Amino acid sequence: MVRINGSDIDAAGKTLDVYLKEADIDRTRIAVEINGKILPKADYGKYVFADGDNCEIVNFVGGG
Amino acid sequence: MHSNSITLDSWRDALAEKQGNQLQERFMHAHVAICGAGGLGSNIAVHLARAGVGHLHIIDFDKVEITNLNRQYYFADQIGMPKVVALKENLSRITPYCNVTAEILRIDETSVNGLFKNESIVCEAFDKAESKAMLANHILENHPGKTLITGSGMAGTGPANDIKTRRISRNFYLCGDESSDVDKEDSLLGTRVAIVAAHQAHLVLQLLTGYGPAIS
Repeated sequence: MVRINGSDIDAAGKTLDVYLKEADIDRTRIAVEINGKILPKADYGKYVFADGDNCEIVNFVGGG
Repeated sequence: MHSNSITLDSWRDALAEKQGNQLQERFMHAHVAICGAGGLGSNIAVHLARAGVGHLHIIDFDKVEITNLNRQYYFADQIGMPKVVALKENLSRITPYCNVTAEILRIDETSVNGLFKNESIVCEAFDKAESKAMLANHILENHPGKTLITGSGMAGTGPANDIKTRRISRNFYLCGDESSDVDKEDSLLGTRVAIVAAHQAHLVLQLLTGYGPAIS
């Protein structure tokens, strides 16, 4: 299980990119931290979730 | 220009009376960057200037428009002026002792490089979600030692109490309800935008005191 934004998700073994597509999350509007560290945009296709990862996907919305 | 202006000594005395000597000293030496001078940025800047923050670096490419006046700290006779120029003028009328660097620049993936030389705290105050994400990724990837305070989720007529400050990681904070998107809501009210701006500005002051919220 991977903890994503506070929920346990069955995403271990998937790349972040695959997860984002499945969850229909727009990669141009997010910042992603894994275990408290920022994941650079360039690594979204390379990073494979491991069991026990704690992932925070900050999904920005418009307005200001 | 400031014929009825205040002296530096009287301004310091007034801040010391309301905020205490210790805070005033810390605020006076602080350098804060504000990226965007719209509903968030203009109101953040006003709060920080009033608190006696010594140095603000405000960056925006845009000009004041009539549709800004419902939520942004500008006046009808400033329509057409570059926002950072109008804001610097307004801040100088609040206090002549806030050192404002007003930079007319559109911040993008290229121009953002090398922009924050003196500032240890950066406030994200853009309107577009993509711009917010771009700045967040840039700061978190390239400047992990700087504190980033973002604003996200303030459209619509939802409760004021839905707006919160959350510490996401060591130097990364988010203020807003995190969900009300201007592209999906029918309105962008000055009240909710000002609440988010006040959360961001208050967090700056809180961090300058040396204390802040725990990671949640």
